[in-house]
Amino acid sequence: MLASVFIVMGSLILIVGVIVFNGAPSLSLQILTQTSEGGFYLGAGGGFLNAIVGSLLLALPATGLAFIIGIAIALYLQKDFLNPSIANFIRICLDILWGVPSVVYGVFCLTIMIAIGMTGGSVLFGIIALTLLEIPIITRSIDESIKMVPAGLKETAYSLGSTKVETAMKVVRRQAMPGIIAGVLLGFGRGIGDAASILLTVGDSNYFPTSLSDQTAALPTMILNLVSMPDQVVQNKAYAVAFVLLMIVLLISIITRYLTKKSSKHIIK
Amino acid sequence: MSPSTLNDLFKNKVVLGGIVSLLLSILSLFVLNNLVFFVVFLVIFIILLLFNFIKITRKLYDTLGSRLMLFVTASIIFLFFLLLIILIQGSLRILSEESLPSLLFSSTWKPFSGEFGLFAVIIDTLIVTAISMLIAVPISLLSAIYIAEYAPKKFKNIVRPFIDVLAGVPSVVFGLCALLVFVPIVRDDIAPFFGSNISSGFSLFTAALILAIMVFPIIISLCLESFNSIPIALKEASLSVGATKWETVKKVIFRASGPGILAAIFLGFGRAFGETIAVSMVIGNQELIPSSLFGPGQTLASLIASNYTEVSSIPILASALIFVALLLFIVVLIFNLLGYLVLRRASKRWKY
Amino acid sequence: MENPKTIQIETKALNVAIHNNQVLKNIDIQIPAKQLTAIIGPSGCGKTTLLKSFNRLLEIQDGIKIEGEIVVDGINIMSSGLNVPDIRKKMGLISQKPYPLPMSIFENVAYGLRIHHDKNQKELAEAVQNCLQEVGLWSEVKDRLHDPASRLSVGQQQRLCLARAIAVQPEVILCDEPTSALDPIAAQQIEKLLLKLKKDFTVILVTHTLRQAKRVADHVIFLYFGKVVEQGTAAEFFNNPKNPETKAYLAGEIS
Ligand SMILES: Nc1ncnc2c1ncn2[C@@H]1O[C@H](COP(=O)(O)OP(=O)(O)OP(=O)(O)O)[C@@H](O)[C@H]1O
Ligand SMILES: [Mg+2]
Repeated sequence: MLASVFIVMGSLILIVGVIVFNGAPSLSLQILTQTSEGGFYLGAGGGFLNAIVGSLLLALPATGLAFIIGIAIALYLQKDFLNPSIANFIRICLDILWGVPSVVYGVFCLTIMIAIGMTGGSVLFGIIALTLLEIPIITRSIDESIKMVPAGLKETAYSLGSTKVETAMKVVRRQAMPGIIAGVLLGFGRGIGDAASILLTVGDSNYFPTSLSDQTAALPTMILNLVSMPDQVVQNKAYAVAFVLLMIVLLISIITRYLTKKSSKHIIK
Repeated sequence: MSPSTLNDLFKNKVVLGGIVSLLLSILSLFVLNNLVFFVVFLVIFIILLLFNFIKITRKLYDTLGSRLMLFVTASIIFLFFLLLIILIQGSLRILSEESLPSLLFSSTWKPFSGEFGLFAVIIDTLIVTAISMLIAVPISLLSAIYIAEYAPKKFKNIVRPFIDVLAGVPSVVFGLCALLVFVPIVRDDIAPFFGSNISSGFSLFTAALILAIMVFPIIISLCLESFNSIPIALKEASLSVGATKWETVKKVIFRASGPGILAAIFLGFGRAFGETIAVSMVIGNQELIPSSLFGPGQTLASLIASNYTEVSSIPILASALIFVALLLFIVVLIFNLLGYLVLRRASKRWKY
Repeated sequence: MENPKTIQIETKALNVAIHNNQVLKNIDIQIPAKQLTAIIGPSGCGKTTLLKSFNRLLEIQDGIKIEGEIVVDGINIMSSGLNVPDIRKKMGLISQKPYPLPMSIFENVAYGLRIHHDKNQKELAEAVQNCLQEVGLWSEVKDRLHDPASRLSVGQQQRLCLARAIAVQPEVILCDEPTSALDPIAAQQIEKLLLKLKKDFTVILVTHTLRQAKRVADHVIFLYFGKVVEQGTAAEFFNNPKNPETKAYLAGEIS
């Protein structure tokens, strides 16, 4: 038993260690603050700021959209609004969507892009793919935390003359706040790190995207591009990008901890 | 809308103002064809809407709000079926040119000469997923039990957040590490050890290895969650009748959180089965029926990643890839439904 | 008899079934206005159910069947087409376990004011202060109005719930064993409050301590297995019970 713990911890520490030790040295101010125009892939200077910006431009709107959609659905799944058996059916659908590999969302968007004659990729479809990917994650996380809201609390809100929507938006939402924050950040983390869905939808670019129909670079796809280069020096830059991605994931988890703690001071047990 | 709601609506001057300004804005757009007026009236309308409308007629707010939520909820169901329909629609083309059996049971994948047999890829997918689960399930389960039941509290407090963070590490990062660490290890040590000397390191086994590692944190953290929800009284009851700790684990914990463990395994399976990027980075990307675990291969998901760039030059390839995505979707669908049924039966039987 | 009282709530042949289990059977009661009515009875006899039917809170559960009439101020609140939130606003409910809303102390009291009345910040602050003073909580919390309500003690929370309920200006206050989760001193505070509140509100108090009912009630309703066994003024009920079951209950033979 102890051996298996060692295997697990060892392999996971190995992963983190490899990225940190290979990535941190290649990191420099220049690589973080310049775009990859002018031969970043060829061993010349430049950096991957455009990929950082691109990733944020994809993941932030996607998370925002998925959050709005997710919270609406999660609140509506309560038995105040929806018959519990229908709600459970929707939960199963969402669980299936959660399990669907992200590449399927990529193919879905690619199919639509081919159908409307769009080639090469665009920010818009990247956002759509990530939104689809994040909706089930965010919705089900919020849903689980709403399920924990005590029935007595809702009764209290109704007793004060609240309507259903007021109860949902003002009371249930506040009580479920830590879960909502955790769910949204979980979704954001999945979105910003996912390569398969955006690989098929956003294309690539060495510049900052300026419109929704532009192609864009993103952190995960840039890693793939870098490791496929023949030059060893260029390949090593992939670790710097991966390091940044890892730091973002770490940051998300720290922020989650901080915010859930902060937002749970009002929670009624 | 009931008449009383309508009454509420028109009694209110602000709302009336809002409706008038909306009408004016439509008027100015279509009749006067003046964009400036349109925007001005629209802004007035929105301001009125935001500040008063909602506050004053609560009933309307309630109706609108729940309608809106209903709409969004209905559209997610719509999305579910849309996904299925678009994928089916997209695969019709390949299905009309090749029969389903020849797609599934022929093993030559040569898109450039119009051959789209998926048999080898399906076999590879099954092998990779099976091996990764064989490695991941026992190790994760034992680790979860150790962390939950045997580990000192301090250790637990360090390990749990660590595992949670790792569950969120992007797959491309895992792939990158596999490329640097596991590919050489498989090539130089593991493959020769099993008597296969020509392995390049890009192999089914390498893919399975990295998948197993990716699945560890998922299974462990879900298992820990379900272990934690076992009432302590239940464990104490078992220990107090003289059962040893391991017996308690076996009898009480496995039974009480059986459904949770099962769910964790299903989820891990789904992740391994559909993982695209990490696999495509280390599996060698060749559509071959494997002669050895240490030879190259291709899974369904990685097939999409390594072929999608050609879709504009070979139109039918797009359809073939959509068909592959459809296969992935259907397998996930079936496994989820199976999992759901098993869990439902189990949770009836495993009531404690 | 004293001078005739106005009747605030009257039920006519009220029947309630939960999941085909007949919980309330043919309830016919009158509850006088501006008085404290105690509903007593052994555990599980349907007291909470009766109370929740007064503000139509029962129907948010599933499997509920309600028949009969509940007339409040001459209007049958069970008739369809009424605005249920308005009915609930008229009938404030204090539950057995205090549930503050997940927000600050101030916002808790202001919640009802915000949803029902259009008040500016100043009026709001005044109203909140008045309500908190009314329940004797003001001096204890005036320096930490914006702290989470969950940090108050249970007794304070229960008084906060009272303040929050009277803030929406109900006509009736329904209390479901409001003191059962409290220590004796906090319970006494609540009792005193209820006595004070009956000047302005009709108070209905569910309790299963007979002594509490004796101390505070003007009017008593005795519920047993979902039926009203006896109802009347407190004096008559305690000194001169007519029904043998009431006598047995008062003697402590059934509980
Ligand atoms: N959700 C429910 N499903 C089935 N039966 C219920 C439900 N809620 C209440 N009952 C039944 O209704 C009856 C009355 O319940 P109620 O809560 O009104 O009792 P009570 O008089 O308030 O008891 P207590 O003094 O213990 O609070 C009980 O027999 C109970 O079993
Ligand atoms: Mg009760």
